[in-house]
Amino acid sequence: MTLPDIHRTIDAVWRIESARLIASLTRLVRDVGLAEDLAQGALVAALEQWPQSGIPDKPAAWLMTTAKHHAIDLIRRNVRLERKYEEIGRDLELQQGVEIPEPDNSDDMGDDLLRLIFISCHPVLSKEACLALTLRLLGGLTTDEIARAFLVPEPTIAQRIVRAKRTLSEAQVPFEIPTGSERVARLSSVLEVIYLIFNEGYSATSGDDWMRPALCEDALRLGRVLAELTPAEAEVHGLVALMEIQASRSRARVGPSGEPIPLLEQNRGRWDQLLIHRGFSALLRAESLGNTALGPYRLQAAIAACHAQARNPEDTQWERIAALYDALVQIAPSPIVELNRAVAVSMAFGPAEGLEIVDALVSEPSLKSYHLLPGVRADLLSKLGRFSEACEEFKRAASLTRNARERELLLERAATMASI
Amino acid sequence: MRFMMMTTNDTNEPMSPPTPEMYAEMGKLIEEMTKAGVLLATGGLSPTPIRVKSAGGKLTVTDGPFTEAKEGVVGFALIEAKSKEEALEFSKRFWQVAGDGQGNIYEVFGG
Repeated sequence: MTLPDIHRTIDAVWRIESARLIASLTRLVRDVGLAEDLAQGALVAALEQWPQSGIPDKPAAWLMTTAKHHAIDLIRRNVRLERKYEEIGRDLELQQGVEIPEPDNSDDMGDDLLRLIFISCHPVLSKEACLALTLRLLGGLTTDEIARAFLVPEPTIAQRIVRAKRTLSEAQVPFEIPTGSERVARLSSVLEVIYLIFNEGYSATSGDDWMRPALCEDALRLGRVLAELTPAEAEVHGLVALMEIQASRSRARVGPSGEPIPLLEQNRGRWDQLLIHRGFSALLRAESLGNTALGPYRLQAAIAACHAQARNPEDTQWERIAALYDALVQIAPSPIVELNRAVAVSMAFGPAEGLEIVDALVSEPSLKSYHLLPGVRADLLSKLGRFSEACEEFKRAASLTRNARERELLLERAATMASI
Repeated sequence: MRFMMMTTNDTNEPMSPPTPEMYAEMGKLIEEMTKAGVLLATGGLSPTPIRVKSAGGKLTVTDGPFTEAKEGVVGFALIEAKSKEEALEFSKRFWQVAGDGQGNIYEVFGG
């Protein structure tokens, strides 16, 4: 192997092992920041030693042993440092003679990983800090990769991560799996972070750096990992189902020149049946858990599943989708959800019923510059034969969209309305 | 990135069945890769394939096994990995359990 080959292999090992390594180290030293520094130290040692020694058979165990030795060295060098470190030192000295267990797929390992997920999505952190920290600690991404994915300079992300680790340390956030009502809130924060990562990737366009669409894969992988760690949580399976089904359309949703293709105009033959199948399995898994109330992710996944099931757009079960949106508006009300409900209702029961819902949204401040509101309204008006109003709304939608291709299409439709 | 990893048999001899220990270890590896969110699908392939040949619009179907075949695919795993190197790393873990043998790894385009 050449040196660059070895470095790429070490990157791959890091990607696979780093989350579990950092999780185990956090259990030992009770501080995520210190744990990550120790893990990074082990990575540096691997980069120095593996080119000569070759890649060890059990790279995870090698990294863990090396990180533990670094911890002891660090404490020996800083004997007069904080008492906390001394305590850690004693703990580690005691463990010195003991065989270091390989971080295998035992339940303990899983619990540590789950604790780490809960910490990096902790509500004491801002959402953007959670995103960066989660990708770094659990996705094994470098600071540079995260910066590229979020289109911000690397120092910004580096600083965000440093600050996040400091905040966690200062808040003395315990390394634990929350229980009871706290668990519900904390889990919902974890799901939100994973879905935000997914959407960052999903909203990327074709000209973007490939790091951005890769965020979808990172989020899916995190979701699948979480689903295995918390198999009894229906909403986790709901989120996985939603992401799998949305990801199944990624090939079909962008045209050859990068223009977005709306769901109903997509070539359904290009939908990835394997991911659809996985999404349905995740939904069934959520259902098999029994009588839990439907959460927002399961509902959205169920809507996505309705589209995935329809072989042709005209086979879509709009009544069912409208009913699911009704339920979603009840538990997670938002103007965007309401707008989507309006579309579903118009498809199920006619444009007049849909327009009624849309009209109620016109004064909604959060949708003031959202191009889809006039876009949907224009579409419904045109279906009702109110062409001059529709023309104005298409023009307004065109002035609000940031996508050039979409603006063209909207202006074309406005022109058609004017000519009728 | 998606990769199709296939194990092949080029000896024309039926492969010896796995020992119970190897079977258990392989089960553990598959579970680990599923838990890591990497493994999308896996399976073993029948040693008696059906060969289909299309020539000039005419389809010829022949039942296997094919003794002249240089290498037959024995099993496959479809995985989602960040890079070729990550796929190789999982392949390495597979062969640590499976022992001697060989296989091919293909990147799946459009996946």
